[in-house]
Amino acid sequence: MPDESVITDEMRSHLDVESDPITYDVEKGAVIKFAQAIGDSNPLFQDDEAARKGPYGGIIAPPTFLRSLIAGEAQSEFPRPFPNNLDGGSEYEFFEPVRVGDRITVTKAIVELSERQGRLGTMLFTTAETRYVNQLGQLAATQRTTGISYATPEEEE
Amino acid sequence: MAQLYYEDVNVGDEVTPLNKNASSQQLVKYAGASGDYYQIHYDDGFARNNGLPGIIIHGALKNAFLGQLVTDWMGPEGRLKKLSVSYRQMDLPNDDLVCKGTVTDKRVEDGAGIVECEIALHNGEGKATTPGKAVVALPMRGN
Repeated sequence: MPDESVITDEMRSHLDVESDPITYDVEKGAVIKFAQAIGDSNPLFQDDEAARKGPYGGIIAPPTFLRSLIAGEAQSEFPRPFPNNLDGGSEYEFFEPVRVGDRITVTKAIVELSERQGRLGTMLFTTAETRYVNQLGQLAATQRTTGISYATPEEEE
Repeated sequence: MAQLYYEDVNVGDEVTPLNKNASSQQLVKYAGASGDYYQIHYDDGFARNNGLPGIIIHGALKNAFLGQLVTDWMGPEGRLKKLSVSYRQMDLPNDDLVCKGTVTDKRVEDGAGIVECEIALHNGEGKATTPGKAVVALPMRGN
């Protein structure tokens, strides 16, 4: 087992470097289609009439709709040390509702690198933070996602 | 939709469970709606060539199911503040999934009724493949 870290200076140079911002219009059709795709019949996410009478005065997006507002490419490609990658998880924090008609600007950056020995051998954990800012300049939400990069194929466990 | 109030929630209470069963058609719909076109979610041959037993459910779709668990439970006046999930094990289409949760903490913070829950998506064998946490702000009676 090698003692040296798999985290290189080149990897560290990616920390906190934001992707080029992309701005999306939150379209009613896209919100409704997303709610239907996840099988969520909540009227707040699709029923104009009911949503208008609700606390937001109109349709809002389901919380994880933000996932469909995909961040732009990183400014340069992150050098993954291993061929295998897993999606470890996600952590959303919500500050403002996302309404139909909003314009959301999305940026993403790697914010944390760590490594661990585990059942898949040496594993590199890459945590990225995506920031969603609305047209008023308010931070509507953040999402932290953790990618796991590993050398050993899972079937060799 | 019924409204849940802070005063009506106690630590140890169950979050109303939500049943899901994702068909291959739902995975395709989710791919289109989310923009995640990775073929392991709709191309069986591609998935098998990647060492998987077949197509698997998008992690982000399971995340969406757990989001619905919480938004259904808290009612229209509730505010979801945090939602976190860990993808511990893959899940397959056509399995009877159950999203469940338990209230673990409640407190008043800056005049808001904050409630924390442990949540998880369970597969047809009852295993929690996708555990997580949620924090919501609930309306308070009399406000």
